[in-house]
Amino acid sequence: MEKEYIITIFSENKVGLLNQVTTIFTCRNINIESVTASESAISGIHRYTIVVHTDQEKIEKVVKQIEKKVDVLKAYVYTLDQVVQQEIAMYRVRRSASIEHIVRKFNVRVLEVGEDYMVLEKTGHASETRELFENLKPHGLLQFVRSGVVSLPKSDAEREDLHHYLSLHDPQYGNY
Amino acid sequence: MSITTIDTAIEPRILTGSQAIIESIIAEGTDVMFGYPGGQVIPIYDALYDYTDRIHHVLVRHEQAAVHAAEGYARATGRVGVCMVTSGPGATNAVTGLADAMMDSTPVVLISGQVSASLLGTDSFQETNFVGITQAVTKWNIQVKRAEDIPDAISRAFYIARSGRPGPVVVDITKDAQVARTPFKYSRTENIRSYVSRPEVDIRSIEDAVQLINLSRRPMALVGQGVQLAGAEKELLAFLEKSGMPAASTLLGLSSLPSSHPQNVGMLGMHGNYGPNVKNRECDLLVAIGMRFDDRVTGRVEDFGINAKVVHLEIDPSEVNKLIYADVPVIGDIKDTLPMITERISGGKYEEWIDEFRACYDVEYEKIIREETCPTSGAVRMGEVVHKISTAVRDSAIMVTDVGQHQMMAARYFKYYNPRSIITSGGLGTMGYGLPAAIGAKLGMPGKRVCLFVGDGGFQMNIQELCTILQTRVGVKIILLNNGYLGMVRQWQELFFNERYSFTTLVNPDFSLIAAANGIEYARVEKRDDLDAAIERMFFHDDAFIMEVKVDSGENVFPMVPAGAAVTDIMLE
Repeated sequence: MEKEYIITIFSENKVGLLNQVTTIFTCRNINIESVTASESAISGIHRYTIVVHTDQEKIEKVVKQIEKKVDVLKAYVYTLDQVVQQEIAMYRVRRSASIEHIVRKFNVRVLEVGEDYMVLEKTGHASETRELFENLKPHGLLQFVRSGVVSLPKSDAEREDLHHYLSLHDPQYGNY
Repeated sequence: MSITTIDTAIEPRILTGSQAIIESIIAEGTDVMFGYPGGQVIPIYDALYDYTDRIHHVLVRHEQAAVHAAEGYARATGRVGVCMVTSGPGATNAVTGLADAMMDSTPVVLISGQVSASLLGTDSFQETNFVGITQAVTKWNIQVKRAEDIPDAISRAFYIARSGRPGPVVVDITKDAQVARTPFKYSRTENIRSYVSRPEVDIRSIEDAVQLINLSRRPMALVGQGVQLAGAEKELLAFLEKSGMPAASTLLGLSSLPSSHPQNVGMLGMHGNYGPNVKNRECDLLVAIGMRFDDRVTGRVEDFGINAKVVHLEIDPSEVNKLIYADVPVIGDIKDTLPMITERISGGKYEEWIDEFRACYDVEYEKIIREETCPTSGAVRMGEVVHKISTAVRDSAIMVTDVGQHQMMAARYFKYYNPRSIITSGGLGTMGYGLPAAIGAKLGMPGKRVCLFVGDGGFQMNIQELCTILQTRVGVKIILLNNGYLGMVRQWQELFFNERYSFTTLVNPDFSLIAAANGIEYARVEKRDDLDAAIERMFFHDDAFIMEVKVDSGENVFPMVPAGAAVTDIMLE
């Protein structure tokens, strides 16, 4: 059965690595819903969060193939109930009186107020940012952008496993 | 970065990037390399000019052949094959070779030239994004833009190519890095934190495997190339002799176990032996050792080992459960895991079970093998040529093949005595592989006879390498099995496409003239009676030789598992 999976990848910061990882999805004809990448809590190690829609069997094979990449340290796969996830959306709208009501109702942050426009920010699940999008549309929504998902697992397993891995394979670990 | 340092010099010398490249590959033990010069590697070739006493550079005639030759060298010796090409077309020509090495886990390091860093991404002359292109066909690749980064990149490249599950690595070096100067200090890489080359063995997996083996009544070992890649041939023998179970090999695994071993029941797969295919359904345990359940081995996966539990010994975790579910995956280097299992199993004897395989062999012999290897009438058969050559060379040879019908005949009828005595393109099935791979194998193992079996189609796909033989004097014995067809495709057209022989007939050149033009001794065999004399003549000299044999043009390879069928549906005719 197909459903949403969140994959977390810890890797070296190497040119072209994202491409190598996404190619694995391409080979199996899996569409990537969202991807984010940035430095992780451990200096020098990057963290990718990838959201895909696929089935359990495929995702397990994909994760092993990702982990096989020489520059990837570890990859983990989660279902939505195993993580806390969040994303951010920004909306540029025309200034109008009707916006205030929406700002209050959806608990929106106002980032900037220009002469004839406002930039709003909403964090939450995709369904929440989408709902706000739909509500703003009739009121002069000029532009819209969503970040990809970032997520943290609820359990300690990932943190402990990564720690264990680094203490085994990186003699410098702990000195960062 | 975590590198154990072995200083090669106390005071770092100042070298050009190009000199650093050569010094680095020498530090890795390279003494033979294959390559082709071009605009963006002229500085490296200029440096190489001063190292000809330490490195034998073989000038090939096409970059694809440089990689295949490096593969042949690597497969014959167990060392890393090294090759070098220029940017742009030189690099793209090498892609097929890299893909071949990737599929067959062959350790190769390819050094490619690249345009200067300032020109990258500008579509400059002979620029291609080679790191981008080769991502899918290499184990690892890296672009180097500074001379001081060269030694570390090459050190990592060799480590990654040869360790774990081996594979090809590309080091793409910009021209400005080749000419810049840098202090040179070389350290061999022993560890990369993001890469586990030798996974830790989970003792529980060993215990679970032992339990299944002890309980099994009809087990079969499936032996892959992983045994030879791990150098675990002795460990395999010990395991088989204690467990008593029959063993069948994949194409690439064939020489892991001597052909004559009483537990060796032959080759798996589409054109493998009758027994290990037809008995698949009766097995209650399959012990897969360093093999990856290629579809040519499994046939229809839903029917494969349908009554069997599976123990899968494998170094690459991504191969486990990829195609065949493993009841017990044993992740680790076979050199570690096999002895742990052997030590713990209670040991067994499966005489009656092995006799069933022998009975299958007798059926196959009567239906196919006798007529194929010892015919008394009709045109010369491929199998009889292989059989005669194998008998003539016994344990002194490495057999290399190209791809197609002759490959299957050679794999089936050659007898294996020593590890690493079959070199063939398995996963990618690359026509044109054979001739350059044979050149590489002979240069790696000059004391061995290297016998290349090649069809008339594949021979012409890298036939320019005869000029490499001419220039470098490589004593390869080329047995050209000429049936005037692209025989394997012709066979499928006959069996599955209503005998519509669409574009598989070959009008061939006069190969005797091609041999003569390249200064290579030549004999043509058209009649069975002339075969022995030609073989004797071929092995009389150490030099290269082409023996062209006109073989039956309508011959098919049997047994055969039709594409998409279960292995137990193997056809004997």
